[in-house]
Amino acid sequence: MAITTGRASRTSRGRAAGGDSARGDRERPGPVRRALSRHWYAWAMTAPVVIVVGVLVGWPLARGVHLSLTDATEANVGRTIGVNVIPSTYEFVGLGNYVDILTSGLFWERLTWTVLWTVACIGLHYGIGLGLAMMLHRRLRFRSVYRVLLILPWAIPGFVAAFIWRYLFNSDYGVINAMLKAAGLGAVGWLDEPFTAKIAVIAVNVWIGVPFMMVALLGGLQAIPAELYEAAEVDGATAWQRFRHITLPGLRPVSSTVVLLGTMWTFNMFPMIYLITRGGPGDSTEILVTYAFREAFTGVRNYSGSAAWGVIILALLVVLASVYRRALRRQGEVW
Amino acid sequence: MSDITTGARTHGRHRRSLAGSVLLHGTLLLATAISLFPVLWLLLTSLKPRDGWLSSELEIFNQPSLTNYTRVLTETAFPTWLLNSVLAAALTMIVGVFVAATTGYAISRFRFPGHRGVMWLLLITQMFPVAILIVPLYNLMAGLGLLNQIAGLVVAYLTVAVPFCAWMMKSYFDTIPREIDQAGLVDGLTPFGTFWRIVLPLARPSVAVTAFYCFMTAWGEVAYASVFMSQEEKRTLAVGLQQFVGQHWSDWGLLTASAVLIAIPAAIVFLLVQRHLVAGLTSGATKM
Repeated sequence: MAITTGRASRTSRGRAAGGDSARGDRERPGPVRRALSRHWYAWAMTAPVVIVVGVLVGWPLARGVHLSLTDATEANVGRTIGVNVIPSTYEFVGLGNYVDILTSGLFWERLTWTVLWTVACIGLHYGIGLGLAMMLHRRLRFRSVYRVLLILPWAIPGFVAAFIWRYLFNSDYGVINAMLKAAGLGAVGWLDEPFTAKIAVIAVNVWIGVPFMMVALLGGLQAIPAELYEAAEVDGATAWQRFRHITLPGLRPVSSTVVLLGTMWTFNMFPMIYLITRGGPGDSTEILVTYAFREAFTGVRNYSGSAAWGVIILALLVVLASVYRRALRRQGEVW
Repeated sequence: MSDITTGARTHGRHRRSLAGSVLLHGTLLLATAISLFPVLWLLLTSLKPRDGWLSSELEIFNQPSLTNYTRVLTETAFPTWLLNSVLAAALTMIVGVFVAATTGYAISRFRFPGHRGVMWLLLITQMFPVAILIVPLYNLMAGLGLLNQIAGLVVAYLTVAVPFCAWMMKSYFDTIPREIDQAGLVDGLTPFGTFWRIVLPLARPSVAVTAFYCFMTAWGEVAYASVFMSQEEKRTLAVGLQQFVGQHWSDWGLLTASAVLIAIPAAIVFLLVQRHLVAGLTSGATKM
């Protein structure tokens, strides 16, 4: 409610806060000076961010796009060794890198796994998070104890969690195999086989990501008015109907946000993969981001190839975000 | 799925049946066990003697000792890495909060040419994968002599943390009535004075969340730190710890002890601020 009032009156007050009203400035020197005197506060306050982001994102981005159109590698970029300055010898190759990547089986393999990884993680995050949130939403003994203990994985810094799980999954000394053996089953080389390694990284990411979803959805559930459920019950709606027609629509604003955020985070989830499996065995658990990193910083550093991977990843994310936004807008969401 | 349906059925005023109660608590206990177990096991392993981790048996206790902790603190570069991490995270936090707050305030209160542009810039920057920026950024840092410098790392972290934080702060400022700003202006404060003396103190919860978010971004970052900080004594924790469990040599005793040392303070602070954190994250994002 407070937000709507704020929004309705924003323009007039924003103008007032900005200095003077639009009608009052008839005889001003010139458009530039007028704009400057009126907006310099706003510009000064945003300047640090715009400059820092512009220099450190804009320039590297432009440079990255440029690199992706060349054949730059570690061997032919300009560098200084002692007193000798070696000039760059790389050449412009147009869209060659993109063609190479998009026609290679490797790219599609990595893309398939990245999509699978993202969908599996987000699906499990959301499903388990919603289940737990609905349980915690009810009147329940020890509710706050459960809540704190269930949030714990989120409180552990990501890289620490990655190391913990790598030890748990260790095939010789890990506790998971010890338990399997104690139960009379054989040990599994968790991180040594492509298939089990994939399951392992998904499991770790789910462990880390569920608490955020759970807490966010719990907040969403608490915002749904209880009268709706009472009215539905009076009208004889079944549990499933109430879930389908009250809970899910009531959660939609929260859901759409956390799913989008989660998708972005998971798609770009560098540390988990890098620290748990290093993309291995082979390159079976390498997602697009870690693969691009590997191109750039291992072996002969392939700067141009890595930059082209980066541009492709960015393009995928931008497309994804705009499709998602459009879908939401069609459903009448204001976003 | 069954949980969801039982959840909806007994929602509200009904008394749960005994079976329902058992099922509900059983599921929650199982989930709690899964969420706690890795952390507990970490703690137990760290307390084992030097080679205690080299055991394929299920041992819960095995001559508990603090050997691993003393070794980490005295025989490794852990204290240096810790210092580097704390320094990088603290600087990111201080600069990040200030910059995010001013930007958030400006886009919340003023309508100025470039307003939409700034909003878009902040939104799009959040989507950038590390992969596209890291090589050019590396070259840029090399050119500016900022490799192996905490300052360089902090600047790189700011580009990651600030756009999101500015969004969070903006949406919090949106909920503070504009009458308050006007009162400040009427009393003769400059727009910056209004922001600094009146609005910012009111936004304290949001500042806390932003500070924590900036700190955690820097604290847990791996990719930039791995590439920019190649010198041994400049490493941060996330990079340094990888040495304990390399491909040819690993010592999980050292690793688990340092993991406990890192995780406990982080977890305590986290549990203190988490309520604000969730509210800040979701409200920041819903108004994108």
